[in-house]
Amino acid sequence: MNKIEFLKRKATEIRKELLTMIYEAGTGHTGGSLSNTDILTVLYYHIMNVDPNNPKWEDRDRYVQSKGHAVESYWAILADKGFFPKEELKTFSQFNTRLIGHPNNKVPGVEMNTGALGHGLPISVGMALAAKMDRKSYRVYTLMGDGEQAEGSVWEGAMAASHYKLDNLVAIIDRNGLQITGSTEDVMSLEPFGAKWSAFGWEVVEVDGNDIEQLVTVLENTPNVAGKPTLIVANTVKGKGISFAENVAKWHHHVPSKEEYQLAIEELSKQLEVQQ
Amino acid sequence: MSNVALKGDKGNKIANRQAISETLLNLAKENKNILVVTSDSRGSASLVDFGKQLPDQIVEVGIAEQNLVGVASGLAASGKKPFVASPACFLSMRSIEQIKVDVAYSNTNVKLIGISGGVSYGALGMSHHSLQDLAVTRAIPGLDVMMPADRHEAKKMIEALVEYDRPVYVRIGRNPVEDSYASDNYDFQIGKAITMKEGTDITVIATGETVRIALDSAEALQQEGIDCRVINMHTIKPLDKEAILKAAEETGSIITIEEHSIYGGLGSAVAEVVSQSNPVPVRILGLPDEPAIAGKTAEVFEYYGLSVDNVKKIAIQMVRGL
Ligand SMILES: Cc1ncc(C[n+]2csc(CCOP(=O)(O)OP(=O)(O)O)c2C)c(N)n1
Repeated sequence: MNKIEFLKRKATEIRKELLTMIYEAGTGHTGGSLSNTDILTVLYYHIMNVDPNNPKWEDRDRYVQSKGHAVESYWAILADKGFFPKEELKTFSQFNTRLIGHPNNKVPGVEMNTGALGHGLPISVGMALAAKMDRKSYRVYTLMGDGEQAEGSVWEGAMAASHYKLDNLVAIIDRNGLQITGSTEDVMSLEPFGAKWSAFGWEVVEVDGNDIEQLVTVLENTPNVAGKPTLIVANTVKGKGISFAENVAKWHHHVPSKEEYQLAIEELSKQLEVQQ
Repeated sequence: MSNVALKGDKGNKIANRQAISETLLNLAKENKNILVVTSDSRGSASLVDFGKQLPDQIVEVGIAEQNLVGVASGLAASGKKPFVASPACFLSMRSIEQIKVDVAYSNTNVKLIGISGGVSYGALGMSHHSLQDLAVTRAIPGLDVMMPADRHEAKKMIEALVEYDRPVYVRIGRNPVEDSYASDNYDFQIGKAITMKEGTDITVIATGETVRIALDSAEALQQEGIDCRVINMHTIKPLDKEAILKAAEETGSIITIEEHSIYGGLGSAVAEVVSQSNPVPVRILGLPDEPAIAGKTAEVFEYYGLSVDNVKKIAIQMVRGL
């Protein structure tokens, strides 16, 4: 199996895993976790230098999940990579678990506690700045939601990143076009989106965020410009992979019924067959 | 109407956010100046129906809580009556400077409704729990702080707030709440505590959804031969000092119970009053100074002793001097 095929399969397996977690826990953020599964898969299985046996390794690349609510793909991937036993995924959102509904650094592999939107970019600016101060070559990646862009702190971070010429920082926007209430353009319009980031001094790249091949190419080639932070506008589909959840706002935190769950698992299993 | 209200039926369960949005919708139909302002939170605040029926009276700012409160203060300064509805955790923390300066200091007529407060977001963790909001908002001069016990009180509180020309922070939870009151046929006044049950041996002072626990505890204590007074402190600021001092004098000891950190909330407010005027023993029940354990509200409450059994145990210790 070549790398791309492996990543595609992995992403589908992660989707199955996260759906099962949400179904069994009876809670979770389904839509946004499915939309960013491909991005996280490419980061964790191809791009980032991390060591599950040594999560605090000094030279590791850093990942900060700013859209903390979509934690399920993250938990599934960290477990699969071996940061903690897979068995533990069963405790997701249960009494006294550490696998709560948001990233938290009690869990090996998690850099920072998130959940309140608009925190990830400023945190990542700090990490990238520290790398420059220490003359380290690790990279910092952060994943934000598009609804999240309404938070002012995002733009405070954006300004600082270009001021400090953080070309070791890559911010990815999961541009699925939906937030809780509905379309981002109805709730708080963002377009022209890439132009805003360019105006803030970022090198902006657009990509189909559910296309593994494109993601690999784009992420392999960052930073595109020395002295500039990179923004990847990843156009995605909320609920990606499950036909009846795709682009439906209610699936933001909808928990599948038994029937929906079975249908979804069937669909994903078929995708896996094709990906054999 | 007497100040002692009849206890409600435990079986009735309606979320306070639902009661609040229905009340607001009814009032806003009559008064075009009543607005709700939300931050991608109309679902969480049960305001979907409001938005459909009165689209011109709902303002959406997106996920931007600082902007939310700033915009609301501008609306209020221009003659509107904005009710801001946003998760308590973000509203009380993310926007606290706007609350302090644009709302309280500028004395703009903004009503801040913190929804899904306390630990009602369960396993979403500390970022989503709101267990410091009473402490923080209470410390801001010019801002009143309230918590309704159930749907009846939520309704009466909102009706009172529409007529009340001052900045207020109201905190409610997320889930359906067991009734504490039998009906809304009782006298509700901002700043005036409600004695839910008379008693002479000890007083339990509760606020919000813990009022029900206090009522049930008093019942359990009756069986032990202990006559427990229950006070519902729906207004935490301005605090009804008179009711507290009367309880201290007449019942000798006080237990407070709240869905908040043991620091800075109702318990602290009560202790501040008692210690300065009539020092009697006060036991503060709340969440400890740590990120709360993951779990459903009932599991978390049980774990930290916000329960009938624990109130009973402590009351017995205090009354019998054990
Ligand atoms: C500061 C803050 N305000 C509000 C929320 C509640 N919240 C959680 S997810 C969400 C919508 C996020 O939309 P988006 O950023 O587009 O994420 P995605 O669609 O990728 O899930 C909101 C409002 C939050 N977590 N943090």
